[in-house]
Amino acid sequence: MPQAEQLKERIEAAIPDARVEVTDLTGGGDHFRARVVAPEFAQMSRIEQHRRVYEVFGAEIGGPIHALSLETRAE
Amino acid sequence: MSDTTENPIREAISEAIGAHEVILFMKGTPERPMCGFSARTAAALEALGKPYAAVDVLPDPRIRQELSELSNWPTIPQLFVKGELVGGCDIVTEMYESGELAKVMGVEAPSDAPAEAPAAAEPGAPPLRIDNKLA
Repeated sequence: MPQAEQLKERIEAAIPDARVEVTDLTGGGDHFRARVVAPEFAQMSRIEQHRRVYEVFGAEIGGPIHALSLETRAE
Repeated sequence: MSDTTENPIREAISEAIGAHEVILFMKGTPERPMCGFSARTAAALEALGKPYAAVDVLPDPRIRQELSELSNWPTIPQLFVKGELVGGCDIVTEMYESGELAKVMGVEAPSDAPAEAPAAAEPGAPPLRIDNKLA
């Protein structure tokens, strides 16, 4: 079961200089909310920013990670 | 471009996206949403008062699979306006609150529309789940 801390580390490992907060919304290990602030988002639309984060987890989204709610910012 | 493989579901999805100015793919229906994220997204559209088409992805798992491959977006709901993916629940909610959603949909938000996206259901809430503790 994925943990909030693991999700945070994986996003930080995949996106350079990202500042990440992840909360487990239900305590059940499958509904998360992530706030991701990354310099590279400056050149991206909001859709692209969210895609970039979703791509870190691939098919896990909708599987073990039932829901990952996102808030993304460039700075 | 002759890679039109036989894929009636994907073709039907493409056609529906092209045919409706505003179309929401969701779990359940606007009247009976089956997931908090879908409920919240539908409620934001309702609050703007513009008619929209809604597709329930639950009856056939292939709808969701083909839609996600087509849109390169892994989750449901997905809102399309004028053939373009606008986003899922988070983006739609943010855009509702900033006024951008009304803008992309070409409507004036009604004067009685709430400033915050209406919480039709707790967006983080998982579907009702009953654990078997008898074993």
